[in-house]
Order: sequence, then structure tokens, then C-alpha cells
Amino acid sequence: MGELKLMKGNEALAEAAIRYGCDAYFGYPITPQSEVIEYLSEQNPYERTGMVVLQAESELAAINMVYAAGAAGKRVMTSSSSPGVSLKQEGITYIAGAEIPCLYADVVRGGPGLGTIQPSQADYFQACKGGGHGDYKNIVLAPASVQEMADFVALGFDLAFKYRMACCILSDGAIGQMMEKVVLADQRPRMTDEEIKEKYPWATTGRKRGTPHRIITSLDLDSNRMEAHNRHLQEKYRQVEANEVRFEEINCEDAEYVFVAYGSSARIAQKSVQLGREEGLKVGLLRPITLYPYPTKAIQALIDNGVKGFLSVELSCGQMIEDVRLAVNGRVKAEHFGRVGGIIHTPEEVLEAMKKQIIGE
Amino acid sequence: MTEEIIIAGFGGQGVLSMGKILAYSGIMQDKEVSWMPSYGPEMRGGTANVTVIVSDERVCSPIINAFDTAVILNQQSLDKFESKVKPGGVLIYDPNGITHKPTRKDISIYTIEGAQLASDMGNAKVFNMVILGALLKVKPIVEMTNVEKGLEHSLPERAHKLIPLNMKAIQVGMDNVKVE
Repeated sequence: MGELKLMKGNEALAEAAIRYGCDAYFGYPITPQSEVIEYLSEQNPYERTGMVVLQAESELAAINMVYAAGAAGKRVMTSSSSPGVSLKQEGITYIAGAEIPCLYADVVRGGPGLGTIQPSQADYFQACKGGGHGDYKNIVLAPASVQEMADFVALGFDLAFKYRMACCILSDGAIGQMMEKVVLADQRPRMTDEEIKEKYPWATTGRKRGTPHRIITSLDLDSNRMEAHNRHLQEKYRQVEANEVRFEEINCEDAEYVFVAYGSSARIAQKSVQLGREEGLKVGLLRPITLYPYPTKAIQALIDNGVKGFLSVELSCGQMIEDVRLAVNGRVKAEHFGRVGGIIHTPEEVLEAMKKQIIGE
Repeated sequence: MTEEIIIAGFGGQGVLSMGKILAYSGIMQDKEVSWMPSYGPEMRGGTANVTVIVSDERVCSPIINAFDTAVILNQQSLDKFESKVKPGGVLIYDPNGITHKPTRKDISIYTIEGAQLASDMGNAKVFNMVILGALLKVKPIVEMTNVEKGLEHSLPERAHKLIPLNMKAIQVGMDNVKVE
């Protein structure tokens, strides 16, 4: 049962990919996620499992390699950090249109532009609300520990194949670079070509005489068919919203005021909860694990349960707060607090913000 | 038990690897741990620091602003972190290169001549292990058998022959840490 190690988040992600039986990784280095491709290169996974690891000539090339290998039914992934993920957006919307399952990790750094290499959560909008063009969604998982960086590889691939869509692991420089204890899953075999052929009737696995072509594309110039395709995608997203919401509640049972935070901010806010409880404040933490689909109903249930206010804590100028406010719908107070530019808020200042902005003196 | 430690000095002094060995030793003792570096484009010569938390419970925030113990290896880090030690906490520093000594009266202050002792041992590279020894003498959060296991796990196989030397350096640190 599993192997216990001390690893960086980025390394745990890479090791988990090998162990999951991932077929290929295509990437391009960028701080603060370069350890992913560094670790994979060092491990020589081609010898361990036959997994291909390739440093592409650019982010664009990498995401299009993901498109192609994913279309063949392979378990394929890429990773990058904010500016690199911006470059990949064209490929990601094509992947959404063509319904290709794949996994991509975004170890977010401060922006806009080249920004800074320090941690940030300012790419929530890009990950959850589009990024590329068209009406599409990606499942977005937000790990808050090194263990989850590893675990979400398997979860991400499973969801990506269940719904034939891209799944994003939205992490940041803090989760990517810190080391924690991690229990690694046992090695799973990669799927054989025969298994892929049998399991995925849509995959381009080579046409046999007498069978129809399998064409994977996001292009259809017939508007009626294109509208039907869009409706089909939306129906799929409603399924995802109904079935795949994941979140964690900490000290929420009797909470009057709740921090809403994901990833590294959730870890900090958890400490703020501890400090607040020591002062006798009834504070709790709601940690969305899926950012899309968002735990809207969990927020509403907390209000029904007597919560009087929410503070959305993010390393951004206020992005997730929009989803918190949509859920709250004016019933109680909902405000944002966050440091940006690579500065990480301290548990003390997060608690202070809760007192000032939500509880009131 | 939760021990929140900052180790701070110059890049190249072995600050990050000392933190890693401490964290691995904690795992060997069945503790929860986190290792959070302040990283940047700095290389050798720049400042480097790492926050290590060793706890009986799940570690909540790996990023903190107040520490039980500060291990300080240069003046910049002393200036930055002396005020961040919790009242009643511990500050351990190497006086080599320190021009303005710590002034707080509400914390326990210890010194360890790490650079000098490592040089006396004929291997400047064991400096960080001397410092680790000093820390473990003042705060015995992990047992020595687990420190040895921590070294085995954090060092690459080719460096395992150096474990006895590292253990010796830790002992030197334990024997020479002084109350200021």
C-alpha cells in the first residue's frame, strides 16, 4: 500500500503521472513548474513504463501534441505556468471543441504579462471561465497539498475520460515548490492499444476495412450541426455540474463567518480559522476542491445554516469572489481579500480582514 | 506538539538541504511536516530561507509569519527574522559575520560557531549539519536514529558514505551550542 516520500508538489505530480500509467507528457519549461519536466526527464519513464516525455519546441507545439495523442485515446498531459498556459489557450479550446480528454497542470505565477515567478491565484478566470474562445468549460481541480498534487492526477484523468474533456490542475508556485509528506499510489500498467480500441469507440486508433472513418475535429461549417454540437457540450457540462462538485468544510458546523479559499490560500485560511477560534470567533473554512464545477450549493447550505458572511481569500484582486457572490445572491455579506504580485497573505492578516470587512468592530 | 522553524542564511550554506533533512527526520518519527522555501532567481550568495513545520497534527498553513524557533546564519536574516520569533521562543545564530547582535529579552538566544567548527573538522560543507546539531540540542524534536534515517532518505545513494561524517558534525553542533 503506497510509498511514503517527502516531495515537492511539482515532483509529486510528475511521479503520480508515471504511476497512473500516463502515456505521454509534452511540455516546455517555465518557472515555477519546471520541476515537472525536470523530474520526468530524470526518471526516464520510457524505461519504467514506456511513457513518452518530450520537451517540445514551444508551448503551442506541446498543446497540439496533446491534442493529437489524446485523439488517439492515449492518456496524455502537459503542464506550464501562467504565460505558458496563455499560449496554450488556442489548443485548449480546440480540445474542448473536439472533445479530447487530457490533463493539464497550471502552476500559477503572478501576472499580468511575464509578471513574477512568485505564487499567485490570478488565473482563476482563465482556468474557470474560458481563456480560449467559444462556449466551453474545463474541469478545474485545486490541490491544497502535495498529496493532492499527486492524487488529482488520477482523479483528473478519470474525469477527463469520463466526460471527454480537458481537466486542469490549478496549482500555484507555493504548492508546486513546497515539500510535504506524500503517499504515492502503486504503479498501474499503461493501457494497451487493444484496450483503448475496445474502450474508446471515438478514438483514432486506425481504420479497418469496412468500418467508418473516425474524424476528430472542432470544425463544422454546417450551422445546424454546430448548434447541436454546442447543445451537446452544454448538456455534458450540466452533467459535470450535477455530479462532480467536490469541496471540504473545516469548522463549519457552528460557524457564523466563513472563509472561502482554495489551494495555498485555503492552507493559510485554515490557520486563520485556528487563530480566530482561539479568540472565540465562530469562523470556518469552505475549501472548493473543484473550481469548475463550483460548490454553489454548499455556500447556499451554509447560509441556510446561519452563516452571516463570507470572505473570499485569494492571491488575486478578486476573481473567485464573483462565484461566491453568485451563490450568496445578496442574502449575506460577501467580500474579497487578497495580496498579489507574488506576496502571500499571512494567517494573521487574513483573520484581520475577516474582522474588519465582514464581522465589523 | 507543533514546532514552527525558520532557517535563514545565504544561498550555498545548505539552508534548504538542512531543512529537508530535518523534515525527512520528522517523517521518520511519524510526524506531519512541511518544507516551504522562499525561492527566487537567487543563486549562491543571495539570501535563502526555508520554513519547516514538524507537528503531531496535519500542518495547516505552511506559510507563517511567527516562529517558535529561528536559526539564523547571516546578518540580513537576523535583521529580518529576530522580530518574528514568538515571545518565549528560541533564536540560534552563528556569530560569524554578525555585527549587530540580537537584542530581544523575551526569547532564549543561543550561539553556535558553525563555520569555525566545520572548518576545524576539515570540511566546510558539514557546516549545516553542525547547525542542525545545535538546533536539535536546544529543541530535541526528533531522535538521532530518525535523523540518521532522514539523512539516508534525503541524500542520494552516492553520498551515503558521508552519513557518518554528517552524524559526527551534528554531534559537534550539539556539544558546542552555547546560551548567550
